[in-house]
Amino acid sequence: MLHIVNKSPLDRCSLDTCIATAQPGGALLLIEDGVYAATRGNAAAGKLTQAMGHLKIFALKADLEARGMADRVLEGVNLVDYGGFVDLVTEHATCQSWL
Amino acid sequence: MAIEVNGKTYETDEEGYLTDISEWNEDVAKLLAEQENVNMSEQHWEVINFLREYYNEFQIAPAVRVLTKAIGKKLGPEKGNSQYLYELFPYGPGKQACKIAGLPKPTGCI
Amino acid sequence: MSEGQIKKFMYVNRKAPHGTVYALESLEVVLIAAAFDQDVSLAFMDDGVYQLKKGFNTKGLEVKNFQPTYRALDDYDVNKLYVEKEALEARGLTEDDMVVPVEVLSRTEIGKLMETQDVVLSF
Repeated sequence: MLHIVNKSPLDRCSLDTCIATAQPGGALLLIEDGVYAATRGNAAAGKLTQAMGHLKIFALKADLEARGMADRVLEGVNLVDYGGFVDLVTEHATCQSWL
Repeated sequence: MAIEVNGKTYETDEEGYLTDISEWNEDVAKLLAEQENVNMSEQHWEVINFLREYYNEFQIAPAVRVLTKAIGKKLGPEKGNSQYLYELFPYGPGKQACKIAGLPKPTGCI
Repeated sequence: MSEGQIKKFMYVNRKAPHGTVYALESLEVVLIAAAFDQDVSLAFMDDGVYQLKKGFNTKGLEVKNFQPTYRALDDYDVNKLYVEKEALEARGLTEDDMVVPVEVLSRTEIGKLMETQDVVLSF
């Protein structure tokens, strides 16, 4: 299934709970303030890199760019545009938004 | 909107439901029933009182399905069926009985 | 929805009760959707476990106390309530603090159940 996180990992525990709950083979899409987790130097970067072992990680490019963070995207994170966002939602039968 | 009973005014919403459920009393119920063309019998009061107890305990007006089941459990299967309840309240036990009981419209009732 | 098409719905509740309207909204959606006779379960994770902490008294807030309504869920045939073990522990709560009977599961166990759903609703 697809998991979506839209909160900064340093503000909320959404990312932590999501990663601990998500089952292997799932996908995690970071949007809005959630994209900060996908940037080098962020305290959550290690956690996200570790999660790559069991989840495919995506981040919305427009949200990274809007925040001036597109120049430091963590290796292994797949960037998607809005079309890619829609594709992810349709490719997966269910979706949980960690609001 | 408002209704008047024994010289006192009671606020209702645009569909005729009592705005403040704590203002409810039997005389108000009788007038609300009259407006609905329901002639209150002992069987009607039984359902009204049941609804008020249910609301006091759970803070919701039950859906018809739930009301039917719960009445059956408490008052017996001959009363816990929709035919019996619709005979008492032809326009729907949820809508009509809740209005007379001074409760809000049941959640999910359209 | 026609008969014979029973789908599995899971409501995931992760917000504390009064700070936002999520808890009340979720409860109302559950009650409304119960009319469709689906296979419903509720998961309480993170601060969502606070929704079930017994003993709400909202008089001082002058808002409706919606906690008694959780006890009506069984009447609506909603009786699969899962509570996240880690969330309880992180908040100094135990199963005994819950206002209704629940099943305490780890995050991983809830994650596995989530994978078996037809529809997941996030609150």
